[in-house]
Amino acid sequence: MWNLRDKYCIAGIGSTEFSKASGRTVLDLASTACLAALDDAGVSPDEVDGIVSFHFNDSVPAIAVATQLGVPAVRYAVDTAGGGNAANLIVLQAVAAIEAGLAETVLCYRAMNGRSGFRLGGGRDMSAHGITQYTAPFGWITYPQAMAMWCRRHMIEYGTTAEQLGQVAITARANAVLNERAMQRLPMSMDDYLASRFIVDPFRLYDICLESDGACAVLVTRADRARDLRQRPVHIMGGAYGGGPNQGEDLFDALRWPDHSHNYARYIAADLWGKAGVGPADVDVAEIYDCFTYSVLMQLEGLGFCREGEGGPFVADGNIARDGPLPVNTHGGLLSEAYIHGFNHVIEAVSQLRGHAGARQVPDAEIALTTAGAMTCGSALVLRR
Amino acid sequence: MTYAKPLPVPDADSAHFWAGCRSHRLLLQRCRSCGTHRYPAGPVCPACRSRAVDWIEASGRATVFSWIVVRHPVPRDLYQDEVPYVVALVTLAEGPRMATNIIGCDPDAVTAGMAVEVVFREATAEIALPCFRPVLAGAR
Ligand SMILES: [Zn+2]
Repeated sequence: MWNLRDKYCIAGIGSTEFSKASGRTVLDLASTACLAALDDAGVSPDEVDGIVSFHFNDSVPAIAVATQLGVPAVRYAVDTAGGGNAANLIVLQAVAAIEAGLAETVLCYRAMNGRSGFRLGGGRDMSAHGITQYTAPFGWITYPQAMAMWCRRHMIEYGTTAEQLGQVAITARANAVLNERAMQRLPMSMDDYLASRFIVDPFRLYDICLESDGACAVLVTRADRARDLRQRPVHIMGGAYGGGPNQGEDLFDALRWPDHSHNYARYIAADLWGKAGVGPADVDVAEIYDCFTYSVLMQLEGLGFCREGEGGPFVADGNIARDGPLPVNTHGGLLSEAYIHGFNHVIEAVSQLRGHAGARQVPDAEIALTTAGAMTCGSALVLRR
Repeated sequence: MTYAKPLPVPDADSAHFWAGCRSHRLLLQRCRSCGTHRYPAGPVCPACRSRAVDWIEASGRATVFSWIVVRHPVPRDLYQDEVPYVVALVTLAEGPRMATNIIGCDPDAVTAGMAVEVVFREATAEIALPCFRPVLAGAR
């Protein structure tokens, strides 16, 4: 039973610059983003007592960051193993820890040298142990290859077209053009999208997110405390994590998933909206996990912004444009801002709700959605100013 | 010539399956309690939680559930001579889904629901990979 609506806040946000070659350690990136979040909130590292992150064996432990920051007493530290599916989960872990009395002031971060260091988009374990013995020997190795299989199912089942996928990519790019932090700011047309080469059919180059070096961090604390801090607090209305049956052994293993034409989103929708006490029609801005274009369609459908199978027409009709009824990925998303594994979506949602999003600001944004995940499991938050 | 691409590492759950492939038989677990076929091999039946299992030889018939055409090779040195190649999820006649390659077919000719049949590809002396090829119209 969730009775925590609006009880906790994101009181501070911080990011490094996003690049292809940071020239810095992941520890440096994580520490920089965390210090920026604390400075944003006006909270001293001396007050931090909890720290939470997620990683793919490509990051630094939470306690290592706490050590850099000179946190005097860590009472709660978690390194969650996960892909982008965990990006909102770690915020919920912070809420749970505070509610349970395990901590008062919790930093959440994701830090990675995702381009110059450990590249998630490249190969993975080639030794074909465990579940990989059933996939890698067939040359099914990379995440773009994994998720193209899901995209194809959506095309088979619902007639989703390249142009509809392209609409997700060019919408993200149009937003990134207005975002000084975005890594890809050159305007992109539908012709540009369609002319980009196939990497793994049905994915063209521009269906696939960036690879990035960088870090993002947020500070979570109780709402009554956040009100006395430097920034206008952003309230956590509700959040959910999960997925359906047969999630398999890891993110790549979807052999037993019921049907890849839908993803985790449909399984968390009722939980998410129930906790938040609002519905899709109440959302002013949505930062939707877009490691690949198709995942936006499945989450729009699964979370109830449109009917199952209608994600393609929904985006083609302009619904997700910045001046449309549901502005999506106003920062440019993972496709055009940066790939900080979905945690940059949380930063953008908070910026929008504070009214700090500059040229890309959605007027009067009051309620924001952030999501994380593309396949069998994921997480989401509903935030309000 | 050594085989450089990923090779399955059989474990206690999967050894029987890979041994079957080596003798060109597609073996599946069938739950002794509820009759559910399962793949990949596992210790417990997710449908009824029974550990009792029989291994049966599958028909080798399947239909294409989804597929991709890999055009950009990763890692390049291992797959540059393979692209374009087709990876598919196929639904076996017995129910479970397998990841596999569709071979003996133009990559652009693969379609949803296409009927395919197993054909084993020797990787090494120990490992044969279960791939699938289109069932020709009128065959069987
Ligand atoms: Zn059973």
